[in-house]
Amino acid sequence: MYEEIEKMKVYMDNAATTRVDDEVFEEMKPYFTEKYGNASSLHSFGQEAHEIMEISREKIAKLINAEPKEIIFTSGGSESDNMAIKGIMWKNKDKRDHIITSKIEHPAVLRTCEFLEKHGFDITYVGVDKNGLVNPKEIEDAITDKTNLVSIMHANNEIGTIQPIEEIGKICKEKKVIFHTDAVQTVGKVPIDVKRLDVDLLSASSHKLHGPKGVGFLYVRKGLQIDALIHGGGHESGKRSGTENIPGIVGFGKACEMAMDEMEKRNKKLIMLREKLINCVLEKIPKSYLNGDKEKRLLNNAHFRFDYIEGEALLLRLDMEGIAGSTGSACSTKSLKPSHVLMALGLSPVQSHGSLRLTLSKYNTEAEVDYVLEKLPKVIMDLRSISPLNDTNIDDFPDEDINHGAGEYE
Amino acid sequence: MYSEKVMEHFKNPHNLGEIKDADGIGKIGNPTCGDIMWCYIKVRKNEKGKEILKDIKVKTFGCVAAIATSSMITDLAMGRTLEEAKKLTKDNVKDALQGLPKIKVHCSNLAADALHKAIEDYENKKKKDNQKN
Ligand code: FES
Repeated sequence: MYEEIEKMKVYMDNAATTRVDDEVFEEMKPYFTEKYGNASSLHSFGQEAHEIMEISREKIAKLINAEPKEIIFTSGGSESDNMAIKGIMWKNKDKRDHIITSKIEHPAVLRTCEFLEKHGFDITYVGVDKNGLVNPKEIEDAITDKTNLVSIMHANNEIGTIQPIEEIGKICKEKKVIFHTDAVQTVGKVPIDVKRLDVDLLSASSHKLHGPKGVGFLYVRKGLQIDALIHGGGHESGKRSGTENIPGIVGFGKACEMAMDEMEKRNKKLIMLREKLINCVLEKIPKSYLNGDKEKRLLNNAHFRFDYIEGEALLLRLDMEGIAGSTGSACSTKSLKPSHVLMALGLSPVQSHGSLRLTLSKYNTEAEVDYVLEKLPKVIMDLRSISPLNDTNIDDFPDEDINHGAGEYE
Repeated sequence: MYSEKVMEHFKNPHNLGEIKDADGIGKIGNPTCGDIMWCYIKVRKNEKGKEILKDIKVKTFGCVAAIATSSMITDLAMGRTLEEAKKLTKDNVKDALQGLPKIKVHCSNLAADALHKAIEDYENKKKKDNQKN
């Protein structure tokens, strides 16, 4: 008999959100109850708020080598994406009405593009290869004299693939097309230098890097004209109205500062843990696969696929063991459609059912990885033992038979 | 999002697995999200000479709701006469599980349908055997 190891609580869903760092939280506290002024007010309370906001803006700008003026505070990644795309398309709508984006973008980009499509704009969605990489050549070929914007994410939130945005940026610059990248998953994890990257617009979110929720930024390259999404009192040099979320901004600033200081140390550990996790899972569990590119991959992302089991059941069985992850299975979504990212890789719905994303942060430990490596194979074996699918009959299930949306059952 | 009953059955599902020498097998796929359920039954006559479900086992490739409904259908049908089992509906399963989230109701169809198909399979086989004899 093996000894039952003690139950742990393991959070490996850091692509969804991260724990706020204690130091970040400490720094935010006074701005709720003591220094609660409105940054637009002229009195000392207001000035105090304004000052700390600008200090935070500087810290944040430094992380991506931007100028403080180029940082526009928003409520988070989704707003930044919306503002970037709608703002820039609206500004130039009479001259250029074409957007190029990819099939694996975050919904904040895809739904925004669909919305614009309904309002007469023209969208091209480029595909990806089986590892989830966009081909820059394909973007170049899709550019016409009507193209105003290219929007390609830096790293994919599901499979962690890092796109060749430097190359795409170059192409855009050459063709005089505006380039936006959703860098929500990379800011604070990967060194980013907007001056070197030829990026015109870049979205980021605080809660992905141990900052608070409800705050993000859009980097807008100096000189680039963009329409506001939210109109009002003219905050953020008229680009984004609304009283600034000072405690959030302070926390975001601190989180960026820490990310910059600790990046090397954090990343060393993350890569070590991720490699162990990936290699051991693939070794220990038969019929397991890695989704996304092995090399061009976010350093905290492990995205697996296991044959013959379903992701929602897998997720909740893991949750029973104290392990938090996420899945792209159709059954886990409100639409009952499998993840658009996994479909774009060319996986079948039945393959995408058994997907599991584990994303790490600086708080994860090797003991936690060991714990997952102990529990995960058991959970998978258990679910496989009650699954009708196995090696010998899987070919009896053509995709059409068990595809989503093939008929209305209810 | 799930009721306590659903989680209870999901955590410790009853009668999941396979019957090697089953009298009837019902295989069903779910076109909504792509899940699969196979139901195995063993039939025997009771003292009154009526055919009953002596054993039921289910194999499921699906979500939490699909696993819980698989487990529940075996509880509801075990020991029942075939006539009674045929009358079990998805609503019986759903109610016994203290309800299902709206989006998961389609999973409960699967369990009742797989059971009915298994009974049908048994009855078809019996008919064929009778014709042979
Ligand atoms: S089996 Fe797919 S949603 Fe329940």
